[in-house]
Amino acid sequence: MITVHKLSKSFGSTVAVEQLSFTVETGQTLALVGTSGSGKTTTLKMLNRLVTPSSGAIYLNGIAIHQQPLAQMRRQMGYVIQQVGLFPHYTVAGNIAVVPRLLGWSAERIAQQSRDLLTRLKLPPDEYLYRYPAELSGGQQQRVGIARALAADPPVVLMDEPFSALDPITRQELRRDFLELDQLRHKTVILVTHDVQEAFELADQICLLDGGRLQQLGTPADLLFRPANAFVRRFLAPQRLNLAYLILRLSDLPRRLPTTLPAGMTALPMSPTLTFQAAQSQLLDHAGGAAGGLLPDGSYFSAADLTQATFQLLQQDPTTHGPAH
Amino acid sequence: MALLTDFTTFLVANTSKLAELGLEHVGLTLLSLLLACLVAIPLGLWIARHPRAASPVLGFAGILQTIPSIALLGTLIPLLGIGVKPAIFALLLYAILPILRNTYTGIQGVDAAVVEAARGMGMTPWQVLRKVELPLALPVLLAGVRTAAVINVGVATLAAYIGAGGLGEFIFGGIALNNNSMILAGALPAALLALLFDQGLALFQGQRRWQLGGLVLVPLVGLLAWQSPASSGELSAAFDPEFADRADGLPSIQRQYPGLRFNTLILNPGLLYRAVAEGEVDIISGYSTDGRVRAYDLAVLTDDQHAFPPYQCAPLVNGTTAQEHPELLATLQRLDGQLNDSLMTALNYLVDYQKQAPAAVAKAFLQSRGWWQTPRSGSAGNIIIGSKLFTEQYILVELFRQLIEGYTELRVEAKPGLGGTKICYDALRLGEIDLYPEYTGTGFQVLLSPPQEVVAKIFTDAGAVYQYVKTACAQRDDVQWLPPLGFNNTYALMTRQQLATEKGWHRISDLRLPAPN
Repeated sequence: MITVHKLSKSFGSTVAVEQLSFTVETGQTLALVGTSGSGKTTTLKMLNRLVTPSSGAIYLNGIAIHQQPLAQMRRQMGYVIQQVGLFPHYTVAGNIAVVPRLLGWSAERIAQQSRDLLTRLKLPPDEYLYRYPAELSGGQQQRVGIARALAADPPVVLMDEPFSALDPITRQELRRDFLELDQLRHKTVILVTHDVQEAFELADQICLLDGGRLQQLGTPADLLFRPANAFVRRFLAPQRLNLAYLILRLSDLPRRLPTTLPAGMTALPMSPTLTFQAAQSQLLDHAGGAAGGLLPDGSYFSAADLTQATFQLLQQDPTTHGPAH
Repeated sequence: MALLTDFTTFLVANTSKLAELGLEHVGLTLLSLLLACLVAIPLGLWIARHPRAASPVLGFAGILQTIPSIALLGTLIPLLGIGVKPAIFALLLYAILPILRNTYTGIQGVDAAVVEAARGMGMTPWQVLRKVELPLALPVLLAGVRTAAVINVGVATLAAYIGAGGLGEFIFGGIALNNNSMILAGALPAALLALLFDQGLALFQGQRRWQLGGLVLVPLVGLLAWQSPASSGELSAAFDPEFADRADGLPSIQRQYPGLRFNTLILNPGLLYRAVAEGEVDIISGYSTDGRVRAYDLAVLTDDQHAFPPYQCAPLVNGTTAQEHPELLATLQRLDGQLNDSLMTALNYLVDYQKQAPAAVAKAFLQSRGWWQTPRSGSAGNIIIGSKLFTEQYILVELFRQLIEGYTELRVEAKPGLGGTKICYDALRLGEIDLYPEYTGTGFQVLLSPPQEVVAKIFTDAGAVYQYVKTACAQRDDVQWLPPLGFNNTYALMTRQQLATEKGWHRISDLRLPAPN
């Protein structure tokens, strides 16, 4: 668990971060979102003290991080950056082993951990362990970068735009594999991104910054359906429909759906926990022509029902309504 | 072909000397390289961490690089004396810049993201340096050491000027003596050494595993190769390389004063007076009219056994130039016999001791004689006047220049400070320069090397020597000797006045007597 209390940072007369406070529980992911210069990366770098705060405090599991020895404190925080920063003179194995070696792990333990992580990140260890970074593609390098950050099983993982330098397909694949990592279940993850959609997909909490000031701290649904101010609304405006599809679930559909399937349609049984996005993908991907979704309560819905429901929810008065999650 | 035969003969006759000088050369180079690494690498790392200091530090190292080596060695004498110490220190200074700059550039060139990742992962600053920055900067760093090694092999030849030995002894001795085999015997091995160092270090550069080992090994070899030059003997003397090997220099002393023994160092002529004044040595070779004799309070020892021939100074002119510009010869005639020994010493003294410019001294002298005239148009063409590398020649160049520009329509370009008799004479013969002041004894012994019986016959006869060189040079090289200027700047042995009084040294013969307790 990380707690940030009234954190501020100025560079000369420029205020980069102002009086920022938030808490991220263990097992949760917080996304720091904002435009360039909003202070999100500065905030992240204050967490592992690459940047020294002007004022305020940061607590890791209740202990102020500035009271801990610098190197030791950092070894408890995995660090992934956009440019990856693999050591070009070390093999993949050598790169992953850096922090475990600093911590004095045994060779067998390091080897086992490296193989396990690479396997989960879809890089067969026998093929990749002894390659040098220059021999890997950008996506493969970032997979190794993530493996390196997770190698010593740190309680906290800090990620600075980890997927931004990748092409859209590679980015999507890596995000999916990242979400499936067991190793992240009990970690506190803090992710910096300028991509709202990425934040909606990966984060439990979003911290939207502008000009170093907090605009809204809340769940993706909070930001989308209950924006705290005009900036938040404007920031999400270009992709509200997309974002809604990412977080709305079939259980959010209104209760007055048809109970009979229109003629010529196939029924695809779906769980109420599926997101609109996932449900729509299944409907679109269905090979046997037009299809509708069948929910456990016996009601049917079509792709048009998803759109209609989303429109209704987005147009409701933000102060009273909207899904809670 | 003759050159090749001469060269082989010289090498065979001087194998052990060559090996000794080569080893000294390697030792000087590598030891200074080691010290330069010890200074420049940590300093380079420091400025990589403190970018604000980088520019001034690199600038300062760049300034060191531009100091002429002789000036640097000269200023080091009062601090470090002569011999190996100042040579190594000077080489160290010259090696610093390439190593410093490449260390800095190498560290700067390490991808900032890699360093940020290393810090963010919890490496200590020392670990970041040792495990990430140094290994990644090493190829660039080693390239700097390579550059420094090659520079140092070259600069180490100058060590011969301050008695530190090395292959420069052959090179400068050869230049002074007009002995091409000797020059080659120094220059070729030096060039080979430079190639060898460069390629050897290049091997390390390619091998990641060897790199750190190489940084340790190379200087170690240097330490092993370096031998302290032997220094034992009673009477310490320093001679310039030309004097040491010229027939009318040290060999003549040894012929005329049998039994005289020196523990000899070879020094740059510009550094000799200072070396004796600072007490680094007791006896030096010098020139009787040199202003520094007075400036440093030195005593000239009388040449009682006539080892040194007369050295009357006269302008030497290229034959073609003399034909094309008769007005040049007519103008220089004015100086015929006008400068005697004491006058020349006084002029030299004004420059060396009173720190007046040679041009000002020359002008004042011409004005005192009523000969000075404002320069004319300079429309009749260019005359290039050369000189050797000492004060008297600088003053003579100015005298000639101001006279010629005042009395003819010629414009004069001065090229003073050429590095020795051979260089001046060859330049004159080939028409690279038109005119320079030369000495009859030098022309007689060095340029013409007449048969022994001729030498023995007219050796001490000033007039006969002048006639001989005038005729021989005109016939052989189409070079004209103009009438002597009047003074006789002969070789001389000299010592500190105080020491001369203390030991009762007045004549060269006195040096043979055991020193009174």
